[in-house]
Amino acid sequence: MSLSPAPRYAVNDGVIDAARAAIGDALIDAWDRVGEVTLLVRRDALVAAMTALRDDPALQYQQLMEIAGVDYPERAERFDVVYHLLSVTRNHRLRVTVRTDDEAPVPSVTGLWPVAGWLEREVYDMYGVLFSGNADLRRILTDYGFRGHPQRKDFPLTGYVELRYSEERKRVVYEPVKLAQDFRSFDFTSPWEGAEYVLPGDEKAQPEAKGAPTPLTADEIARSPVAKAVTPAPAPAVSTPKTTESPAQTGAGKAEPELKPRPKARTAKPKADGGAKAKAAPAKPKAPRARKPKGDA
Amino acid sequence: MTDYLDELEGVADAEKPTVGDLAIQNYTINFGPQHPAAHGVLRLVMELDGETVERVDPHVGLLHRGTEKLIEHKTYLQALPYFDRLDYCSPLAMEHSYVLAIEKLLDLEVPLRAQYLRVLFAELTRICNHTLNLGAHVMDVGAMTPNLWFFELREDCMQFFERASGARMHAAWFRPGGVHQDAPLKLLADIGDWIDNRLFGLFEDAVALVVDNRIFKQRNVDIGVVSREDSLKWGFSGPMIRAAGLPWDLRRSQPYDVYDRMKFDIPVGTNGDCYDRFMVRCEEVRQSARIIKQCLAEMPEGPIASLDRKVVPPKRGEMKRSMEALIHHFKLYTEGFHVPAGEVYVATESPKGEFGVYLVSDGTNKPYRCKIRVTGFSHLQAMDMMMKGHMLADTTAVLSAIDVVFGEVDR
Repeated sequence: MSLSPAPRYAVNDGVIDAARAAIGDALIDAWDRVGEVTLLVRRDALVAAMTALRDDPALQYQQLMEIAGVDYPERAERFDVVYHLLSVTRNHRLRVTVRTDDEAPVPSVTGLWPVAGWLEREVYDMYGVLFSGNADLRRILTDYGFRGHPQRKDFPLTGYVELRYSEERKRVVYEPVKLAQDFRSFDFTSPWEGAEYVLPGDEKAQPEAKGAPTPLTADEIARSPVAKAVTPAPAPAVSTPKTTESPAQTGAGKAEPELKPRPKARTAKPKADGGAKAKAAPAKPKAPRARKPKGDA
Repeated sequence: MTDYLDELEGVADAEKPTVGDLAIQNYTINFGPQHPAAHGVLRLVMELDGETVERVDPHVGLLHRGTEKLIEHKTYLQALPYFDRLDYCSPLAMEHSYVLAIEKLLDLEVPLRAQYLRVLFAELTRICNHTLNLGAHVMDVGAMTPNLWFFELREDCMQFFERASGARMHAAWFRPGGVHQDAPLKLLADIGDWIDNRLFGLFEDAVALVVDNRIFKQRNVDIGVVSREDSLKWGFSGPMIRAAGLPWDLRRSQPYDVYDRMKFDIPVGTNGDCYDRFMVRCEEVRQSARIIKQCLAEMPEGPIASLDRKVVPPKRGEMKRSMEALIHHFKLYTEGFHVPAGEVYVATESPKGEFGVYLVSDGTNKPYRCKIRVTGFSHLQAMDMMMKGHMLADTTAVLSAIDVVFGEVDR
C-alpha cells in the first residue's frame, strides 16, 4: 500500500479529452501535473467554458470551491485567476485558469455560481483584477477606504499606512508606516544554490530575493522514483594529482583575473549536474574560504 | 381607549394614517461588529421591514491579518503556525490541509503511525470544535447550561492537545512528513478512557437538554432552509451540505491519511434547516469518537515522521552524535527545505467543511502563493439567501448553524 497521505479521488484519465471536446477552441492548453488537471482557458470564452464544464454529462463539475489570484509580475498578462471546480457526482477536482492584466476584465461567473460573488470580490480586492458582470465588485477583506492591492508582489509586506488612535482628534488616524527597526528579512538559501544575499551590514534595505529553484518540477519528481533516491555523482577519474600549486588555485593573495568570474557563477542558475557537483566536488570549499576575510572586516 | 380599539381592529384614519394603521418603513440596522452573538467581529448591515429581514449585507475582513501575504515571506515550516491561527477553534484541522499540500508537492511518504496520529487528533479537533459550536448555538437561541457542560469537554480536549504538543490551542503539531513528536502511551490510554467514561455521559446529557426542547425547536426548525441545489451553487461543504441532504464527506469520498481504513457513518439532514445542522454536528461527534477508538486500536508502532532528512529534522539525541544530523537540523531550521515547482490544491474535511490550500511553489524554500480556501467565507455569503424573509431574532440561529469563525473567514 502506498503511504502517500494525499487525498485520493477519481483518476484523471480522459478528463482533458472530455474537456477539450466540451470547450473546443476556448481551451488554450491543458496539463496533468502532480496528479491534478489544469485547463488554461481563453478569457473571453470563460463563461461558456464554465457552463460546459458544469453541464456536460461527461464532466459535471457542479461546485465552484475557490477562486484564487496569482501574480507573476514578469509576465505581460501578469495575473492568473484560478478556479477550482469540484464534481460531487464524479468525485473529481479540476482547475481552470485564465490570464489577465490589471485592466482587461474577466467575465464574471456569478450567473453560474452565486458563490463566485465574494470570491471575485476577494480577487479584485487583493490583486485589482476586474470582473465584468459582477454587480457588487466592492472591496471585501481590506479596510474601508483602503488603497492598493496587497497581494500583488510589488506591494510591500509592511504596507504603506499604519493606524493608531489619536487622543487629540479622538479618532483613529492613518499615518505612513514608520518602522522603529529596519525591515529585516533573512535569506538563508545556500550560496551554491544561488542565494543573492549581500554580506551583513552592506545593504540593509534590499528587498529579499528568493533562492534559485530546484532543477526538477514537482511533476518530474513524482513521476520518477529514481529522482527520490539520492544518486551519488560518479567520482571523476583522477588523471592529475590533486595538488595546489599556484595562488590562483588556492585563492590566496591578490585577485587574479581568472578569479573574476566567480561572483557571476554564484548568481547563475545551477544546472542539474552543476548542483550535484557542488556538493560532491572537493574543490568547491574554496569559495567560502575566500570570502571569509571580507566578512570579518 | 377608542384609539386603541381602532388600532386593534386596524381602522385607518384618512387624515392621520399612522394612527391605527401603523405605517412602517424599512430601516437599516448594524448587527455588530461587536456583538456577543456575532461569533467574532462580523458586521451585518441588515435592512428590516418591521422585524422581518429584507436584506443582509455581511461586512467581513475586520480581522484580516494578511496571512496569505505573510506566508509568502516565510519558509514552508515557518508558515505552518499561521494555520493554527486561522480557525482557532479547530487548529489541527487547518494544519492538516497545509502539510498534505506540501507532502503532495514533495511526493513524500508518511509513516503509518504518523497518519494514524494525525487522524486521531484531527477527530479530536472535530469534537473540540463541535462542542464549542453546539454550545454557542444553544446559547444564541437562549439556553445557557449546555454550553457550560460542553466547555468541560472542550477543556479536556485542550489538555490532550497540550500533552501531545505542549500548546493548548496553537499546537503546530502536524509537520510536513508526519507529526512533531510522538504521543506518549499514557496520553493515548487516557484519550481512550475519556471516550469510554466521560465524553458521552456529559455530551448526551447536554444534548438531551435541548434536542427535544420545544423552545429550541421553535427557534431552529425550518429556519434558514437551504435546498440541495442551492447548497451546491453556493459552495457549501461540511455539515452545511450534509444537512441539506447530500452525503458528501471528503473523509469518505476523497480519503487522505488513513481515513480509508476507518469505519464511520455520514449523517445527513432531511430539511436543510438549522436544526438539521445542529443534529448533523451532534452525530459527527459520536462518529468522531468511533474513529478515535479505531485509531487507538489499530495504531501501529513505528516512526512518527518521514525519515527523509532533507525534509524532516533529526531527533535531538541523534544530533548529539551525528555531524550530518546536526547539519540537517541547522539547514532545515534556517534555510528550510526546497519544494519543487508545481501547484496543488489539497482539501480536507475540517470540522466546518472543506478547508483547502492552493499552494504554488516556484522551487524555492518559500511558497510563491498560498491561497487558503476557507469554509465560512462561502457559507457567510449565503446569509442573505438564507435570511430573506426571516425574523431578526433568527439571525443568531442561522449564524451559529453556519459555525463561523472570523480568524478563518478574514484570514
